[in-house]
Amino acid sequence: MDVKIINAFVDGTVSVLKTMAFVEPKAGSPYIKNDDFAHGDISGIIGLAGSFKGSLALSFSSTCILNIVSNMLGEQITEINNDIIDAVGEITNMVSGAARKNLEMDHLAINSSLPTVIFGKDHKITHVMGGPSIIIPFETDNGSFVVDICIGEENHSKPPGD
Amino acid sequence: MEKDIKILVVDDFATMRKVIKNLLKQARFENVVEAEDGVAALRILKSQKIDLIISDWNMPNMTGLDLLKAVRADSDIAQTPFLMVTAEALQENVIAAVKAGVNNYIVKPFTAETLNEKITRILEKIG
Repeated sequence: MDVKIINAFVDGTVSVLKTMAFVEPKAGSPYIKNDDFAHGDISGIIGLAGSFKGSLALSFSSTCILNIVSNMLGEQITEINNDIIDAVGEITNMVSGAARKNLEMDHLAINSSLPTVIFGKDHKITHVMGGPSIIIPFETDNGSFVVDICIGEENHSKPPGD
Repeated sequence: MEKDIKILVVDDFATMRKVIKNLLKQARFENVVEAEDGVAALRILKSQKIDLIISDWNMPNMTGLDLLKAVRADSDIAQTPFLMVTAEALQENVIAAVKAGVNNYIVKPFTAETLNEKITRILEKIG
């Protein structure tokens, strides 16, 4: 996968969490994931289509997402509830939007679907392109999360309508 | 000191409404009402005086653009300032919103400072 695509998602993730949740995540070294299991307790997944096809998932540990959403809402949340589920979808949507804005500067036009949120022990991420996917691990002061991207070959046809 | 305007926040995600309310509170805008979609927003606009609408673009049933057009087409509420919230500033969307009479737009993610700046600019322009 082209490093500019990975960087677009890393930058988008950092920007969204820094701006909306006052959290500064530190990215670790990317690695390849060959199975479907999510590397977190709750995940948001969104489809991507246009200059390339694929999907983006964000999987958060419980402690990490509870802290992020508490910061976003300005109130303490102590368990996975509807606010957390909603917020994971919205964060996934915003990261996708921020990354796509970055990719536009590299002349890659991408549209995205609506996000889906999955949670529970050992839940799975089903990527549009099957797999394997690239994992970018992040650490925060209150736990970890990963960005999980699976992208097919670039194509140069016009992206579908929004 | 609390700023004395009533703001209507329209978003289908309850959490995003809470996030925007929290950012507005940080910017000292405390008088906020919420609507979960465009239909509910129009009902509120017809029943109480709203000084500013902050609406998400991407909503089911009635998009933010549809809501904007409905507001501008109704003489009772047509003058209400409208700030559109989008996850991406696609040029075609911005043009469509400007043509429909949007006052300004803001791209997610955004800070309380940016939101405050956008609102202040809109309120200054309309006097």
